[in-house]
Amino acid sequence: MVMAWCQTVCLAGGLALGASVAAAEAPRRVVSINLCTDQLALELAAPGQLISVSYLAHDPASSVMQTKAAAIPANRASAEEVFLLKPDLVLAGAFTPPDTLRMLSRLGVRIEVFPPETNLHDIRDNVLQMGQVLGREAMADQVVADFDAGLSALESNEHPLPSAIIYGANGYVAGHDSLAGAILRAAGYRNLAAEFGITVGGTVPLERLVLAQPDLIVLAEKNRGHARSEETLDHPALYALIARQPHASVEDRNWICGTPHVLDAIRELRAVRMAGKLAQ
Amino acid sequence: MTRGATYPALLTGLSCLVLTLFLASLLVGPARLGMWDCLRALFGQGPEMLQLVMREIRLPRALLGVMVGAALGMSGAVMQGFLRNPLAEPGLVGTSGSAALGAVLAIQLGLAAAFPLGLPLAALVGASGSVILVLLLAGPQGGALALILSGIAISALAGAATSLVLNLSPNPFAANEIIFWMLGSLADRSMLHVWIALPFMLVGAALLLATGRGLDALTLGEDAAASSGINLTRLRLTLVAGTAALIGGATAVAGAIGFVGLVVPHILRRSVSGRPSRLIPVSALGGAAMVLAADLAVRTIAPERDIKLGVLTALIGAPFFLHLILKTRRSGA
Repeated sequence: MVMAWCQTVCLAGGLALGASVAAAEAPRRVVSINLCTDQLALELAAPGQLISVSYLAHDPASSVMQTKAAAIPANRASAEEVFLLKPDLVLAGAFTPPDTLRMLSRLGVRIEVFPPETNLHDIRDNVLQMGQVLGREAMADQVVADFDAGLSALESNEHPLPSAIIYGANGYVAGHDSLAGAILRAAGYRNLAAEFGITVGGTVPLERLVLAQPDLIVLAEKNRGHARSEETLDHPALYALIARQPHASVEDRNWICGTPHVLDAIRELRAVRMAGKLAQ
Repeated sequence: MTRGATYPALLTGLSCLVLTLFLASLLVGPARLGMWDCLRALFGQGPEMLQLVMREIRLPRALLGVMVGAALGMSGAVMQGFLRNPLAEPGLVGTSGSAALGAVLAIQLGLAAAFPLGLPLAALVGASGSVILVLLLAGPQGGALALILSGIAISALAGAATSLVLNLSPNPFAANEIIFWMLGSLADRSMLHVWIALPFMLVGAALLLATGRGLDALTLGEDAAASSGINLTRLRLTLVAGTAALIGGATAVAGAIGFVGLVVPHILRRSVSGRPSRLIPVSALGGAAMVLAADLAVRTIAPERDIKLGVLTALIGAPFFLHLILKTRRSGA
């Protein structure tokens, strides 16, 4: 009830705000050079406003917006290539090489840099910021409202929380202060990373994972091609562990970037819990 | 120096050292576990998870430490004996690098996934290619300069090709692997790696041990060796096949680890009075001890960092190499 009310009010507020800003000049030739800004821009941009996205947006393993991106030409984020597209706005991430950005701003291109999302609040902030720079505030408010509605529908107060760990290539574990950690928490799990002293992210040797026996092991999906880093995910000891412990694998594209699509990742993880597969 | 009598003692001493380090390798790990529990778990007793850790994670790592170290030490001893050149070593003459190239190609082209033995086999092909090339370029009586120059060229070429293949891989993690193939590591290896490397290493070791008599004769010069009935062509073929099998097997599972084959035979040469037939087995033991010790150090200094083995062997090996150069210069002057 409260949720529906909030949704209506937020929506109305958003529409009013959007109308007032739409009068200001919105950028017409927007180029995104970062996978995560690609996702948000594809979600919010007006038809024809986004003229190029990064090549990763076309990769189904990394991009949730791949179908929408397919119609838009890809770029490889080099300053020269981007400049020749004559953009009036370039969208970049915090990890975009600073030299590229310096070069573009010397050439007089307007750049908006988006910080990485490390929790669910950041997703709201970035959606709203994207709406603002694209002149699509109404759309952004709508997306945020839907996201909040989706999140509160997933809320629960069950206790005790089962333990879980997210295990990736090279034994990399996502901590509490990372987006993946936030997703795990929202899905109703206690992140075991804290017990290994990991806050943002770090590696946990396989033998410590085996001995910790988490209630749920979330394995990163393997990428195409081969890498020794991912051989850890094929180790017989890990196989033996997941043969007796529940495990899930979450598609990378659902949590590489903080977009409202993280709800899908939260839903998937929650479904494992609801299915009662966890030993308690 | 007393000869002969000390040889069995030397073998026993080195064996004890290897055994001690092997046990330490089993008992030291990121999870702090009781010594007694560890040993019980190794023999299938105690908590199931502990057994898993001991048998599937620590045991293969310790076994591979012994196997890879022995392969490197032995190959170094034989190469130095055959070329009569103290600078010959699988890492320096490009054998390890070429084996790594073979292994990387097998992995990226899917050969290794199609059948597991494809991996060491491809590494063996890479390694034998480089050994043959070095023998052709430097020649059996080739001087240090020709040997080192051809080694540098082959290493650079193999390294560049390895980097290229990994950079072209669609996998985002593949490019990071360049470090592994150039510096080597035993982290997270499994029994599968032991089984695929073992047959190659056994064949290689048997071949190289058989070269002992020929190499002994060769210390007196090629003519003397030929007149005492040593078939030099066969000796050369055995050497190529043996080192390629050993270095191929070792590199396929642990990457290229440098300097072990250089340092170990040098340290041990005087204790066997320079006799190659005796230097081969003691270098195998010495190499095993060095790699086990380096791997233990890697795990105790910064367990979460996966420091590469080649970093430690180079830290020990490079100053040693410099010392060797100074010594050669002094004796030459």
